[in-house]
Amino acid sequence: MFYRENGQFKSTYESDQQMLPILQDRVFMLVLLVFAFGAVPFLVSDYLFLSLLIPFLILTIAAIGLNLLVGYCGQISLGHAAFMAVGAYAAYNLVLRVPQLNFLVVLLISGLIAAVVGLVFGIPSLRIKGLYLAVATLAAQFFMDWLFARVKWFTNYAHSGSVQTPPVELFGWTVNTPAEKYLFLLGLLIVFTLVAKNLVRSRIGREWMAMRDMDVAAEVIGIRPVYAKLTAFAVSSFYVGVAGALWGFVHLGSWEPLAFNLTLSLNLLFMIIIGGMGSLLGSYFGAAFIVMLPILLNQLPAMLGVPISTSMATHLELMIFGVLIVFFLIVEPHGLARLWAIGKEKLRLWPFPH
Amino acid sequence: MRKNWPVITLGLVLLAGLVAPFADRSTSPGFYVEVLLGGLMAGVLYSLVALGFALIFKASGVFNFAQGAMVLFAALAVARLAEQVPLWVAMLIAMVIMVALAWVIERLVLRPLVNQEGVALLMATLGVSYFLDGFGQTIWGSDIYKIELGIPKEPVMILESLFQGGILVNKEDFVAAIVATALVAALALFFQKTTTGRALRAVADDHQAAQSIGIPLNRIWVIVWSVAGFVALVAGVIWGSKLGVQFSLSQVALKALPVVILGGFTSVTGAVVGGLIIGVGEKMAEVFLGPVMVKAFDLAGGGIENWFAYVLALLFLLVRPEGLFGEKLIDRV
Amino acid sequence: MGGEANSRAHRIGEVILALKGVSLAFGGVKALSDVSFDVREHEIRAIIGPNGAGKSSMLNVINGVYHPQQGTIRYLEREYHDMDPHEVAVSGISRTFQNLALFKGMSVLDNIMSGRNLKMHSNIVMQALRMGPALREEIEHREVVEGIIDFLEIQAYRKTQVGRLSYGLQKRVDLARALAMEPRVLLLDEPMSGMNMEEKQDMCRFILDANDHFGTTIVLIEHDMSVVMDISDRVVVLDYGKKIGDGTPDEVRANQAVVDAYLGVSH
Repeated sequence: MFYRENGQFKSTYESDQQMLPILQDRVFMLVLLVFAFGAVPFLVSDYLFLSLLIPFLILTIAAIGLNLLVGYCGQISLGHAAFMAVGAYAAYNLVLRVPQLNFLVVLLISGLIAAVVGLVFGIPSLRIKGLYLAVATLAAQFFMDWLFARVKWFTNYAHSGSVQTPPVELFGWTVNTPAEKYLFLLGLLIVFTLVAKNLVRSRIGREWMAMRDMDVAAEVIGIRPVYAKLTAFAVSSFYVGVAGALWGFVHLGSWEPLAFNLTLSLNLLFMIIIGGMGSLLGSYFGAAFIVMLPILLNQLPAMLGVPISTSMATHLELMIFGVLIVFFLIVEPHGLARLWAIGKEKLRLWPFPH
Repeated sequence: MRKNWPVITLGLVLLAGLVAPFADRSTSPGFYVEVLLGGLMAGVLYSLVALGFALIFKASGVFNFAQGAMVLFAALAVARLAEQVPLWVAMLIAMVIMVALAWVIERLVLRPLVNQEGVALLMATLGVSYFLDGFGQTIWGSDIYKIELGIPKEPVMILESLFQGGILVNKEDFVAAIVATALVAALALFFQKTTTGRALRAVADDHQAAQSIGIPLNRIWVIVWSVAGFVALVAGVIWGSKLGVQFSLSQVALKALPVVILGGFTSVTGAVVGGLIIGVGEKMAEVFLGPVMVKAFDLAGGGIENWFAYVLALLFLLVRPEGLFGEKLIDRV
Repeated sequence: MGGEANSRAHRIGEVILALKGVSLAFGGVKALSDVSFDVREHEIRAIIGPNGAGKSSMLNVINGVYHPQQGTIRYLEREYHDMDPHEVAVSGISRTFQNLALFKGMSVLDNIMSGRNLKMHSNIVMQALRMGPALREEIEHREVVEGIIDFLEIQAYRKTQVGRLSYGLQKRVDLARALAMEPRVLLLDEPMSGMNMEEKQDMCRFILDANDHFGTTIVLIEHDMSVVMDISDRVVVLDYGKKIGDGTPDEVRANQAVVDAYLGVSH
């Protein structure tokens, strides 16, 4: 009843192009933001921060990054965790070797390094499509796994190959408690979401989507495949690289070689399949889902009185992922985000069926 | 001829790689042949899995990422069943299971997704692969299991007269290589000579046209996936007996991906030759290039074989995307 | 028809595009053999011929999607045979497609806006922040695009995802995207296929209007003979990849080779 856009007319193209054209959506978003910044830090337990919210926020950044490439530009990647690793190790070495750098600058540089590496591994996309590209990105995955496990310089000659990070410091503020980490990441995520939104509704975003939907037609209207695909690889890897640095510094704190392996790459892919390819909101849904499912599987059966073993939970998780991926590909290729959009559309017209 | 320069270059590079170890005087010919044979034996297995892979790709346009999971699943089934019944019975039952699996996959995954683009199908097989990993470990267990083929594992010395010190060959590897070679030949024949094989190639060329002349698409798919299941079973048993049946088996089979890229997706010859090149190449790289790199870059150990195949495929994609024997694709507008 | 041409705002001018001895083969299959013809500025030039005559290949050659093994294309002052599609687009040639090559996942508005990409120059950082030139550009080009939307009467669908539109409307969006490039030469590949009478009339009107208002030179492939004879100034006839006729609609109609190959057969 309250979700109506009657009487909201746009008189300029600028107002027609804004991010949330419907007033109710803007109000909802504002309330959500106030709640997320103002209330959540006081309401949520440390456990929930550490096991749910912090991984969720970081993985959302990564999922947005992958979505820009796969969902928007239509280029598959099975090796994006490799670029997370690049970001993480770049940040580790920057903090280690240039300690006076501001952490935001460290993030920026790490992202840029990841972008360059992503660009290099994106070059095959100029000659090959879809399936072949999957193999090229797998090459990135296996090569990077090896590189960071074997080349001692990257881990500062750490004996076991695992690295430890100092706490994040920002303008004299040590991001230490779970709530602080949450706020820091939330701020970053909002910035990254806004930037992604701007990109996909600008020329560059349209070029990506054009490449995805019909590459020959895109070329004929003057889009250069080289530029469109490589920018998608670079921007995507930038996002994922930053997410990797955050994953290492804020979430893990210390990590072993192979912390950014093929499984993580595939999980990123599942996030956007389940959440919704070509949807920023879908990246949120997908990341939330992937983070919540294992926790649910570990706790729900026990709560229901049928406890299962940890390994059973892991196997169950794999099976549920598998089934859901096939399910979404068949039934709703645009994932949870599309289901959400359909629900909203229903609400807008309610109580009329059409 | 002019267009073939990438292949010629690759050939030269590989040849150089083959000869390079002799630059180092300490490499004995015997040891060299040993490495070469080891590479070829591993290569035959790659060829086998790659063939299953190429088969599925030809017939249903699916880049079957679940091949590795199928290898693991089959190996687990054989290992656990063999605890109760003789090995050959276990393999028979496992084969029945793989055929059933092919049928289920066709029904629940392929049929609803028919005519979808390749990337969607690839992701669907990722889903299948996750499901199989979870499902297999749920019903068969997730420890490390053994498969006993009853072939002595001790290495034997051969060709002692020819090389000083002879060549060490693992008897089990040898048998495995022969079995795999026979299978590769059988599959190639099946593909080229039988009616089913021809129907299969027709399906690969054009689904709709094949259907309209009365080739039952769905049955062909079940057959192809069953063959892939069979290939997975053989590879699973051989690798399983060598490395133990464990989760990492599903990753070994991923090596088939670069093999088909190298050989060309649609080519049987390509799968075979690609498998051998990668098998030999990665062994050579590990044994002869590895120590050099470790010394030069101060690495914490070699492990080149983890990425060698993929990086080789990557380079190949850059210069010759259609692979060694694949057909060049033309975009129609 | 002759009278119509004279009453147009833009008089037919010099040769703007000329193909000389173009041959194209896929493997052993010859799609085009030794085809030559020219297009004059501001004219509507039709290419006709039975299915498989090589008409679409012809457009693909002009477009740079295919590169002919022999022959050259002369456009304005430039002679080429292996320009890539991007360069061709920059030089002012745009096209529509036979089997709809719209960007299905994007809205009508975004599809047409994508036709403006060559005219937008703000850098990626500005676009990411949606500041200054990037924002101005978006609004400026939106205005142009709205003009085209009005022209083609698709206002009601501007926010609709293209994949959900009817076939006839999609054809219109395809034209809109091509027009958004403000081309000098517009290649239309069967713009009226699969349309009903009314839709065809609308499309004819749009084509004539585009030619008239913007002075766009139009090269058109079409199967509907009445349409071709009505709106085109000159017609090229292809059969099995060879040119068998060239001239005004009346001349072509009188050409025996053409009648045998094509017009005599009822479609």
